[in-house]
Amino acid sequence: MKKIEIEFIVNGKKRRIFVKPNDLLINIIRNDLYLTGSKYGCGIGECGACTVLLDGEPVLSCLTLAVTVNGKEITTIEGLAKGDELHPVQKAFLENGAVQCGFCTPGMILTATALLKENPNATENEIRDYMRGNLCRCTGYVQIVKAIKSCVAEQKSD
Amino acid sequence: MSEFKIVGKPIPRDDAWAKVTGELKYADDFSLPGMLYAKVLRSKYPAAKIISINTAKAEKLNGVRAVLTAKDVPHNETVTRFGQSSEVGKGFEGLYRVLADKKVRFMGEAVALVAADTEEIAEKALDLIEVNYETLPGVFDPVEAMKPGAYLVGENNSNIIGQFGCSQGDIIKGFAEADIIIEDTYKVPFVDHAYLETEGGIAWIDDYGVINIRVGSQVIEHFRDVADVLGLSHNKVRYIGTMMGGGFGGKEDITVEAYLALLTWKTKKPVRLFYTREESILCHSKRHPFVMKYKVGAKKDGKLVALNAELISDAGAYPYLSPWVNLYATVNAAGPYCIPNVKVRTYCVLTNNTFTSANRGFGAPQPNVVYESLMDELAHKLNISPLEIRRRNCLTTGKSLSTTGQVFKTYVALPEVAEKAWEALGELAKCEDKNRKVGRGLAIGLMSYGRMTFLHDSSRCYVRLESDGSVLIRSGIPDLGGGQVSLLCQIVAEELGIPMSKIKIYYSDTALTPLAGTTTATRQTYMSGNATLKAARKIRKRIISKAAELLNVNPDKLDIIEEKVIVKYNQSQYLPLVEVIKACNTAGIELFCEVQFNAPFTIVPDLSNIRGMTFPDFTFGAQAVEVAVDTETGQVEILKLITCYDVGKAINPLSVEGQMEGGSIYGMGYALMEEVIIEKGITMTPSFSEYIIPTAADVPDVKAILVESGGGLGPYGAKGIGEPACSIIAPAILNAIYDAIGVRIKNLPATPEKIIRALKKEYFEK
Repeated sequence: MKKIEIEFIVNGKKRRIFVKPNDLLINIIRNDLYLTGSKYGCGIGECGACTVLLDGEPVLSCLTLAVTVNGKEITTIEGLAKGDELHPVQKAFLENGAVQCGFCTPGMILTATALLKENPNATENEIRDYMRGNLCRCTGYVQIVKAIKSCVAEQKSD
Repeated sequence: MSEFKIVGKPIPRDDAWAKVTGELKYADDFSLPGMLYAKVLRSKYPAAKIISINTAKAEKLNGVRAVLTAKDVPHNETVTRFGQSSEVGKGFEGLYRVLADKKVRFMGEAVALVAADTEEIAEKALDLIEVNYETLPGVFDPVEAMKPGAYLVGENNSNIIGQFGCSQGDIIKGFAEADIIIEDTYKVPFVDHAYLETEGGIAWIDDYGVINIRVGSQVIEHFRDVADVLGLSHNKVRYIGTMMGGGFGGKEDITVEAYLALLTWKTKKPVRLFYTREESILCHSKRHPFVMKYKVGAKKDGKLVALNAELISDAGAYPYLSPWVNLYATVNAAGPYCIPNVKVRTYCVLTNNTFTSANRGFGAPQPNVVYESLMDELAHKLNISPLEIRRRNCLTTGKSLSTTGQVFKTYVALPEVAEKAWEALGELAKCEDKNRKVGRGLAIGLMSYGRMTFLHDSSRCYVRLESDGSVLIRSGIPDLGGGQVSLLCQIVAEELGIPMSKIKIYYSDTALTPLAGTTTATRQTYMSGNATLKAARKIRKRIISKAAELLNVNPDKLDIIEEKVIVKYNQSQYLPLVEVIKACNTAGIELFCEVQFNAPFTIVPDLSNIRGMTFPDFTFGAQAVEVAVDTETGQVEILKLITCYDVGKAINPLSVEGQMEGGSIYGMGYALMEEVIIEKGITMTPSFSEYIIPTAADVPDVKAILVESGGGLGPYGAKGIGEPACSIIAPAILNAIYDAIGVRIKNLPATPEKIIRALKKEYFEK
């Protein structure tokens, strides 16, 4: 299959690579760019473990063709912290015990980051509704929701 | 020790940083140059004869490096073992077959293996393998499979692979004394572990000629079983266990390891094998469905007098851990109640369904559904509150388990946790909508922590204090996400008075780390926690003893706090820890040690009438819920969910609460939505679109109440919590549904469809 050259920004750095028309973004990120923080959980868009931010919007990298990100900007979990300084959502997950096995964590954190940018004053119900596409089997979501709530600018009840 | 500095504090786990930054390398986040990609050819039929297999076309495909079938496996048939150090005999050591031979027993059974240069080539090669099957009728219902003349799943003359029993008193006499008797049959379904990380790993042969398998596994002791499959000595196979993306018992059996070892041995190249989600659901173990026939009798005042239970479990196509799971179910069958007359019989039966094995709770959640539903029914019929009927019957300190007679020597918190959970529900929610009915349910229970005592369980740990005051721990402990590894760091930090940041731990490696046993049976806090505590205290004693000599004070007067050996009550008098280490090193005092902690040992019981100790100890808990049931749609919303357990001592409250919350929701899925539907051996729910697990939007906030009695056998009086945490929530939810709408669901999961049907039936019967 003929490869196509694409150019995009990953975690602030410009990358130029050749991809096949049917290459999925998750495989390019994990296998070609060695950014293994994005996880394979189902391969068909049901679990959210492969979530990355595409121009700031959460997308499922297992359902995204790599060719479609040409000219766009991608943030993976590896691009969130500034050196040793964690992103506030990462810090909140760490401190609130929102991490158990950690396999859903990168996708959860990126989705939560997008939620808080879209809706900085999200209520608990809004948080739960926004996060419903990201499955977690360990935590029962309790400490995850608590962590996200702790990042909400203005706490208010539903 | 006077006051805890690190133990008991809700601190971020040792592994949390690498997980929030995405730096942690799970099994699939690793690759080697020249790595081959493996795929498994799986049976299309649940029951069939294999007439012939032709691999010639697949082998000829460019890029294919190996195609293996049963004939290529040096020891294709061995027995299932799970790291136990004692011989437990045939009843527990069932057939382990690597690749199907002559006959397939379930849809998805591995028939052939392929290793190729790319995943695409490996997949193409699977299509080129020609398997000629002759389908067989099969048997798919364990009750049918038990009958004489039933289709035989395996090669033996019966499908029953395990029978257990226990009894006390005289049930005939007991039922004769009863004022009220309830008889019923309950059914529970297949459940998938649904961990986010599927089964997988990478294997290679290292410079020493040893097969290395880097894999997510709860039982790294399987290196011995894999070596046996290849006919190699045990020291020629090494497991390097990674942090797992969830386990829940699903990574307790061998998953990909034997396949990887065979392919890397054959090709001499690194090989990678990961299951797709579909493969994980179709081909790997499930929680046992059970058919449970119960009869209980009580006096008018609610006091239980007799219980008779017959439990039949579907083992699926191969034994794996089924007999062990059934033993747990047998021990748990009468619940946490004092019943003078009890008889329990359990049967574990092969069928042509997907095989079943360990799943969080290990045979406890199933009977718990029944006895707690029946207790609720008794309470309603006798007009006693759900709390009061449990108070009148539950076990207390010094009493014994009604199934095996095992005596509870430590604190039995049942009355306390039941009351706390029930009271925490507070005021009943008001509901304006006339179609939404609110109700409450309670369930209590017990579950063991630590393995069955006749397995002679042990755990080892190595601790070394470095000259700069940092510490190296080596423990074979696998971490499935519960924080098992971090817990050991916390214990050492506490005992040696150093911060967590100064500890480096190597874990889960059969060549490098002392074997710590399996991360199963809710045993690691207890077993490896104690081993680590023992090692740390040995070193602590040596440090204190040297410091006492240097400071010229009695060792009893010393403590190690914040990297200083201080004189208690006069903290200005101290020595920096590194100074004492230096003095020890100069004097040749060993600041390292490897220790072993042993659980209590018993002999294998008489399985037809199990009596006495089978487990080291138990964790006691209660769960209370308030639900709103929509009588038009059948939808159940959980409004409040309380979980209250005596955890002994919460070494890291964040982790303990995480287990209790996560366990509750794992059990909520069991109660309301989860079922692997297998029709005539064919799985109808092969993805998360059909196999539905709870999302953030489906679940309530969970209120966790920790009771810390200090009565556990673990370090600082801790008990295990991982499995107990999920084992009683399902009946609490069923009881709340009954309370809300007056119908009892006896066949999990309690889906909206079942609730609507039950409501209709109730309406027409009235």
